[in-house]
Amino acid sequence: MLQKLKQNQFLFEELVKRDFKKKYKRTILGMAWSMLSPLLMLLVMKLVFTQFFGRNMDHYTTYLFCGTLIFSYFSEATSQGMASLMNNGAIFSKINVPKYLFLLSKNVQTLINFGLTLIIFFIFCMLDGISFTWKFILLLFPIACLVLFNLGVGMILSAWFVFFRDIQYLWGIFTQLLMYMSAIFYTIEQYSYTVQCAFLLNPVYLFIRYFRKIVIESTIPTIWFHLLMLADVGIVLLIGCWMYKKYNHRFLYYL
Amino acid sequence: MSVLQLKNVSIRYITGDFKEIGLKEYVVRRLKHDYHVTEFWANRHITFSLEKGDMLGIIGSNGSGKSTLLKAISGIMRPTEGTVYHEGTIAPLLELASGFDGDLTVKENAYLRGAMLGYTRKFMDDMYDSIIDFAELKEFEHRPFKQLSSGMKSRLAFSIASLVHPDILILDEVLSVGDGAFRKKSEAKMREIIKGGATTILVSHSLSQIRELCNKILWLHKGKQIAFGDNVQEICDQYQAFLNGKITL
Repeated sequence: MLQKLKQNQFLFEELVKRDFKKKYKRTILGMAWSMLSPLLMLLVMKLVFTQFFGRNMDHYTTYLFCGTLIFSYFSEATSQGMASLMNNGAIFSKINVPKYLFLLSKNVQTLINFGLTLIIFFIFCMLDGISFTWKFILLLFPIACLVLFNLGVGMILSAWFVFFRDIQYLWGIFTQLLMYMSAIFYTIEQYSYTVQCAFLLNPVYLFIRYFRKIVIESTIPTIWFHLLMLADVGIVLLIGCWMYKKYNHRFLYYL
Repeated sequence: MSVLQLKNVSIRYITGDFKEIGLKEYVVRRLKHDYHVTEFWANRHITFSLEKGDMLGIIGSNGSGKSTLLKAISGIMRPTEGTVYHEGTIAPLLELASGFDGDLTVKENAYLRGAMLGYTRKFMDDMYDSIIDFAELKEFEHRPFKQLSSGMKSRLAFSIASLVHPDILILDEVLSVGDGAFRKKSEAKMREIIKGGATTILVSHSLSQIRELCNKILWLHKGKQIAFGDNVQEICDQYQAFLNGKITL
């Protein structure tokens, strides 16, 4: 068992290296570019929406950045994870390897990207006059949840993608819709209480809101909020593991 | 005690128009009860066992399920029915030239492949030089893999995969890898592994090779097991007669 773990560790490291090299093409600029795209997104949103939503709100830049930071990580990790089984099909039909490692390494790669963007996020927070408190440590909770959540969604999507190629486009449309429903550039206070509660059904919104609570309002969300997040993550992970187990061999038999 | 035991192994493929249509069309067809798939058994009720040191030859015309059976034995596929039991390590030398990454260098690909085959990093560090020497790719070491010719790719794949001294060795016509000189070298390597006492399974269309090397033989036809036994010459004769159209199944 221990030996098996060690063997898999070698494969895992090599896979992460491969994804890293392929993504950044061995250039510094490649790395910078992947951080640049969320920043550009942020810039455009800031220019466009400050007029409408940012007028009577403090720290609107940070508010926006919380949203784009979380959401771009979510959409990148899930769309990359989706292709992880499909793209390596040639390997799976020749060599008996644990397939989940391919998904895991893609997730590590997007996590690194998220980490880099997170550093820039903190720099922006400083520029925006946010005071750093010990509560920032609690941000580890939504980050850990988000990593697992993305992993679960990735498992579900990668299993589907093997059978249905149009999942890619459907998921693209879905994430776009989800983005507009995640209150990235607007606030939800104008809505009625029922609608505000409905926002809580969106797991991505929960992560974004957690970040905003800690960073902007410097308050810790309620215990129920934590439990709700954990429940979302748990459900998605369970479905993901079940689907992975059920389908990870099966696509070899479909011609 | 058998090293490898297959009991009533059957593998089913499913063919149909699900991959092209996508999820939207799938849902529509499901609702209209217009969704069809056909089953296709690549292997049906295959039962045999091998002892340590056996050399099994698998014969059969194209599409008889040889490669699928090898995949089941090496654990890539799980049998739809039946069980595969084996002892010790299995090294499948299937057609391995695919699955490399064109953007990575030859060296990076070698390590990645080694990791996939379950080697340790230390083992790869120790063996890397002899791998690259055996594949005769020293001067291409740091080139992107896509610049290699297909013969070179196969050579690298073979060199990495043949490093081990497995308990069960699976050969899917890889004896014909690369150019003439490399083929000789790879055959010598094969024989060395076989002499080391490995139980070997060989898929070949060359009956003379099977007659010469194997002490057991399995004949597959359209997924069915026609014959299995240690009367190699006799079954080869029958198969030859079948190929010549003298007998029909």
